[in-house]
Amino acid sequence: MAEKTLMYGNHALVEGAIYAGCRFFAGYPITPQNEIPEYMSIRMNEVGGVFLQTESELAAINMLFGAAAAGARAMTSSSSPGISLMQEGLSYIAGADIPVLVVNVVRGGPGLGNIAPAQSDYFQSVKSGGHGDYHTIVLAPNSAQEMFEFPRLAFELAEKYRNPALILADGLLGQMMEPVEIKGEPIDPKSLPEQDWWLTGCKGRERRVVRSYDLRPGKLEEWNWRRWKKYQEILNNEQRWEEIKIDDAEVIVVAYGTSARVAEAGVRMAREKGIKAGLLRPITLWPFPAKIISELSKKVEDFLVVEMSLGQMIEDVRLAVEGKARIHFIGHPGGGLPTGPEIYNKIIEIRSKK
Amino acid sequence: MKLLFGRPAGLTEIKQRYCPGCGHGIVHRIIGELLVEMNIREKAIGIAPVGCSVFADEYFNCDMIQVPHGRAPAVATGIKRTRPDCVVFTYQGDGDLAAIGTAETIHAAARNENITIIFINNAIYGMTGGQLAPTTLPGMRSTTSVKGRDVVKQGYPIKVCELLNALDGPFYLERVAVDTPKNIIKTKKAIKTAFQYQLENKGFSLIEVLSMCPTGWGVTPIQAKKWIAEVMAKYYPLGEFRNRAKEVK
Repeated sequence: MAEKTLMYGNHALVEGAIYAGCRFFAGYPITPQNEIPEYMSIRMNEVGGVFLQTESELAAINMLFGAAAAGARAMTSSSSPGISLMQEGLSYIAGADIPVLVVNVVRGGPGLGNIAPAQSDYFQSVKSGGHGDYHTIVLAPNSAQEMFEFPRLAFELAEKYRNPALILADGLLGQMMEPVEIKGEPIDPKSLPEQDWWLTGCKGRERRVVRSYDLRPGKLEEWNWRRWKKYQEILNNEQRWEEIKIDDAEVIVVAYGTSARVAEAGVRMAREKGIKAGLLRPITLWPFPAKIISELSKKVEDFLVVEMSLGQMIEDVRLAVEGKARIHFIGHPGGGLPTGPEIYNKIIEIRSKK
Repeated sequence: MKLLFGRPAGLTEIKQRYCPGCGHGIVHRIIGELLVEMNIREKAIGIAPVGCSVFADEYFNCDMIQVPHGRAPAVATGIKRTRPDCVVFTYQGDGDLAAIGTAETIHAAARNENITIIFINNAIYGMTGGQLAPTTLPGMRSTTSVKGRDVVKQGYPIKVCELLNALDGPFYLERVAVDTPKNIIKTKKAIKTAFQYQLENKGFSLIEVLSMCPTGWGVTPIQAKKWIAEVMAKYYPLGEFRNRAKEVK
């Protein structure tokens, strides 16, 4: 068995990003993700990367815009109110087809809210939080191990599709310690081949322009339809999820991130009582794993959606189910956590009403 | 036949869309000439703003990026830190730089970020139709101050060079104008100095250019030039505010 190191989720994410070849970080402090910039400031110094503590989240996201357009694997991290400030820049980055990584360690909202773990930025993440028609790829880790692994996946997907990618974590995932296995080979960013859109100075070639606008009549529409095709490709090819005991399940719990960790306990308790419960954990929130849920809804009568929000992901489950099954809900908005027994009790209730 | 005067290779062949008498064309030409004369065109990355000069990404014959309103100094920081060997410049108007982008401007200056900012001050919002700018003079009319800027209700203009000169960070700050041939030559010299300091890794330069907007001001191009000399340059005095290369070591 490979050696494992005990790490904070936030530290694992930093190591994962650097392992993935990230050498540019710009960000502004906000709880509960401060361990990321703090640790990043040390590690970037060690690996010869750039660390910038910015004057605002607006500056941070726009520094990413510049760094990534110039060819860096660039990331920022923040928490909910800070991510709101970044939406302007994200819209431009998406409009200019530039790959960047944004990590949101979500806290309770709206407004200042609180610093407890929450999932209430789901809509903002998967429906495009800024102006205009665009999507960001959204990955939802549920362990320190995935906090380590997902930056690499995020950069790969972002660059494959030239699209911003988000990692949606929360304060619990960031602050808890777990064993992490350092997997794969580290990426040397110098080994990444120059792309034909990088801004490097036009020596020996035609000049390049990165822009998100086209004022000519009809041209922006063409551009946006091309981007729509890209989104269809992502929707078709990149849906990711984890299945736990769903083959014979009569109730399927749908939950991601921290909620999924808790839901697993609820499912296990139900199974111990002989109730056929299963868990489907979306790993990509956009593209949402609608195909598997649609398939399952043909044979499963009840879905239970568990979120640390007022009911946001439930809309995507409902769309995937298309009225073919009943949908139930447990929600904990504002930094509250669901519990295993709570989910177990709800499963019992659902089955007893059958 | 010998060509005596033509379009510099630092500008593309695309026809510029600026109004007659506008100062952008002059400043564009200066930058286009310097990109060639200083042999930096092939390592330059320019940052186009929001406003009339948004199309600067079409006009400068070098790598270009168009960015959100006011955020050019942040984007420039990201580019420069990633490609320290490139010459990175932003081209920004007064609304862009002194209103929505005040924070980005001040902090890039405070970091002494090794970039060059060309700041076009025409005391008005051009593209959106002549509204009050942070640089609109007291008493000056705009479409949102039709009786003239009332400093009691609308506050005072921001003098960007003076403001940044209060910081320790910036390396070079100069205010110039493009109203006369003599001032145009001075403008070119200032921008050249700024690029030179960037090549020498000295740090942050901002060149504020007082520039005509006859359309926004509702005057003829000739009247616009006169207004710069007689009114605008009195409120915004020309000259070098900071040049750390000249400071006593």
